[in-house]
Amino acid sequence: MNKAIVATTSLAGCFGCHMSILDIDERILELIEVVEFNKSPIDDIKKFTKKCDIGLIEGGCCNSENVHVLKDFRENCKILIALGECAIMGGLPAMRNGIPIKECLEEAYIGGPTVQQNHQKIVPNDPELPILLDKVYPCHEVVKIDYYLPGCPPRADLIWKALIALVKGEEMDLPYEVIKFD
Amino acid sequence: MMGATVDTILSKYRHDSTRLMDILIDVQDEKSCISDDTVKEIAKGLKISMADVEQTLSFYHFFSKTPTGKYTVYLNDSVVAFMMGREKIAKAFEEAVGCKFGEVTADGLIGLFNTSCIGMNDQEPAAIINNRVFTRLTPFRVKELVKDMKAGKDIDEMYSAKTGDGNNSHELVHSVVNNHIRKEGPILKTDVRQGEIIEKITKMTPEEVIKEIKDSNIRGRGGAGFPTGLKWEFCRRAPGKQKYIFCNADEGEPGTFKDRVILTEKAKLLFEGMTMAGYAVGATQGILYLRYEYKYLQKYLEDVIEKAEKAGWLGKNIGGRKNFEFYIRIQFGAGAYVCGEESALIESAEGKRGEPRDRPPFPVEKGYLECPTVVNNVETLCAAVKIMKYGSEWYKSLGTAESTGTKVLSISGDCFHPGVYEIEWGFTINNILDMVAGFNVQAVQVGGPSGALIAPNEFDRILGYEDLATGGSLIIFNESRNILKDVVLNFTEFFIEESCGSCSTCRILPVVMKDKLVKILNGLGVTRDIDDLLEWGKILKASRCGLGQTAANPITSSINNFRHLYTSLLKTKKDYETGFDLNLAVQEACEATNRIANV
Ligand SMILES: Cc1cc2nc3c(=O)[nH]c(=O)nc-3n(C[C@H](O)[C@H](O)[C@H](O)COP(=O)(O)O)c2cc1C
Ligand code: SF4
Ligand code: SF4
Repeated sequence: MNKAIVATTSLAGCFGCHMSILDIDERILELIEVVEFNKSPIDDIKKFTKKCDIGLIEGGCCNSENVHVLKDFRENCKILIALGECAIMGGLPAMRNGIPIKECLEEAYIGGPTVQQNHQKIVPNDPELPILLDKVYPCHEVVKIDYYLPGCPPRADLIWKALIALVKGEEMDLPYEVIKFD
Repeated sequence: MMGATVDTILSKYRHDSTRLMDILIDVQDEKSCISDDTVKEIAKGLKISMADVEQTLSFYHFFSKTPTGKYTVYLNDSVVAFMMGREKIAKAFEEAVGCKFGEVTADGLIGLFNTSCIGMNDQEPAAIINNRVFTRLTPFRVKELVKDMKAGKDIDEMYSAKTGDGNNSHELVHSVVNNHIRKEGPILKTDVRQGEIIEKITKMTPEEVIKEIKDSNIRGRGGAGFPTGLKWEFCRRAPGKQKYIFCNADEGEPGTFKDRVILTEKAKLLFEGMTMAGYAVGATQGILYLRYEYKYLQKYLEDVIEKAEKAGWLGKNIGGRKNFEFYIRIQFGAGAYVCGEESALIESAEGKRGEPRDRPPFPVEKGYLECPTVVNNVETLCAAVKIMKYGSEWYKSLGTAESTGTKVLSISGDCFHPGVYEIEWGFTINNILDMVAGFNVQAVQVGGPSGALIAPNEFDRILGYEDLATGGSLIIFNESRNILKDVVLNFTEFFIEESCGSCSTCRILPVVMKDKLVKILNGLGVTRDIDDLLEWGKILKASRCGLGQTAANPITSSINNFRHLYTSLLKTKKDYETGFDLNLAVQEACEATNRIANV
């Protein structure tokens, strides 16, 4: 059997979902028997080197770069999975939705209680920096998503079961104990 | 209790912080609001923090920090209310009163508010005004009512129609509500003398009582269908000196009103059922958790309890038997559907926010005040009494093999005879439509918004745990109804309104799903939207309690059974389209930071 090729990325997320992938513990040895990782922080491959079967997305889109990465994933992966609450519905970063960006930036760089040294009141605007979006978008607003795996983060067992089912072409059987998280 | 001060209210509840709900309800009734100063006073009096008071206060629909008016109108906004002309009524109120819904008049006289289903689906449009229910409103009647309010009339003098049937006309109820009992079965028939069952069970051991209930195979009538005998047995066996029996009379599922009718007509039977449960599990305290919407029944029910105590059927040495002790008190909710969920109900009765608990432990092990607790629906407890009278074999002869006995249904919507029907399990939807004279039926909602929307090709399905399980709400929609816009959207909004907010899934996804539904209704939908809705329905199953787990049901069951209604609204052949535009999305940030969009 050819190995399924898997890519992963973290957009506006906290890397907790990726930590949960690692939480499959020793099963990761079994996993690499059936999948090969491509672009992913797990193996530090930065650019797609081939078309992938499965893309796992952590986090929603909070800036222009997230959007580019996500679209890149859509182009290069047959199946896209929104992994975790942030990817599915914006999650914690989306707490800023509804607050004008100007206010957010002022709080972060000028007026906020943890701001100490910014005497010149600079709000970063280097052209190299990604540009913030008006709000944090869940992935499905930006590209078509095929599957959603809930959790914050999704349990390792859930990620494991879902990946194995996809690789083997089986129905996903996700009982309550595996998907419940809050 | 006119003129009670916060102090006297606190004293009435012995400065017990677990009675915070009762305290807030009394204060709200007294002052028509619970101000910051009052919060401070309550916190001080109960020796808890202001935040503790505040978090309970902010949770419940019927509590308000600002005055809600000398006359406070709560107009039902359930689906059936709309079907029966709610919009005209709302308009009439706004015109006559001179303010919009959600507002109070400048002089503080009248406040207009919307509220979720008040359990009057068979006599809509209906409203609650100062804890009194007004049914079958017409624009003309609204004008009269507002005139009376402006004249400062006492609320009890504002009824013009004669009071309703049965005990609705009892002097302690005095209400225009009607029972509409259209088919009586074993539960609704009056054939048990008060005390009869207590005399019988006290000759038996608690174990024998539990065995009889277990043998009958009766399952809970509140919706979840847990075997009642088993629940009692678990609680009996759970370690703990003090145990509690709760009767769940929260009846918040839109379209359900049968518990209201049982409470009105069969209160004695219910209290006897609670007492019997107490005997069986070894509990001495019973609490009837009653939704605030039924506050008009308070005096009557308290009177029934008091009389039962005097007659020796409640209190100490019940039925003359030493050491058989059982007390019942009423605990009111304050407008929160989720408080019907048993662990949320217990939290609420402890004076807290009605947030469901994580399980295990289950209430039978650790419930009210950490003690083993049985929570049963009104109808379950009444049925248990009848089982005790006629025996489990008799009970099993009714219904089907898997669903024994009868079910009391609340039927409303497009039919000639809405009301309460007691039938044996196993009736088909067709049988029911014949019985109630439904016409041009397009769909039937079985089990309320958390249930399923059934299409005509499935009308031969039966009511029962093996097929269509239901807590008893059936709503009929004829062909003139716009299912997606008038029904599914309203139900989805109901879940959004009523989510307790603990789980991110239940707090957020129904909103996202509603937006998708609106997108489809606006003709902007694509096929992927329908698939996404089904996928999100699965994710909602990850939620902690039944509310979140079923919040997608209006959408998913209508997609499954009425998919054509969705596909006919899709205007393009495109599979995916959300209208997301990166250039537009970065505009605000570019302006805020003086950057050029180089995306
Ligand atoms: C959101 C929600 C609301 C509920 N509302 C009610 C209700 O109003 N009345 C009721 O008896 N059960 C309600 N239930 C079911 C209760 O949690 C519980 O299962 C029931 O009261 C147990 O009694 P039974 O076994 O006699 O049915 C609700 C459940 C959920 C999840
Ligand atoms: S879903 Fe939770 S764990 Fe995953 S990225 Fe978001 S916050 Fe982190
Ligand atoms: S599912 Fe909804 S109502 Fe139930 S606990 Fe979670 S947030 Fe609260």
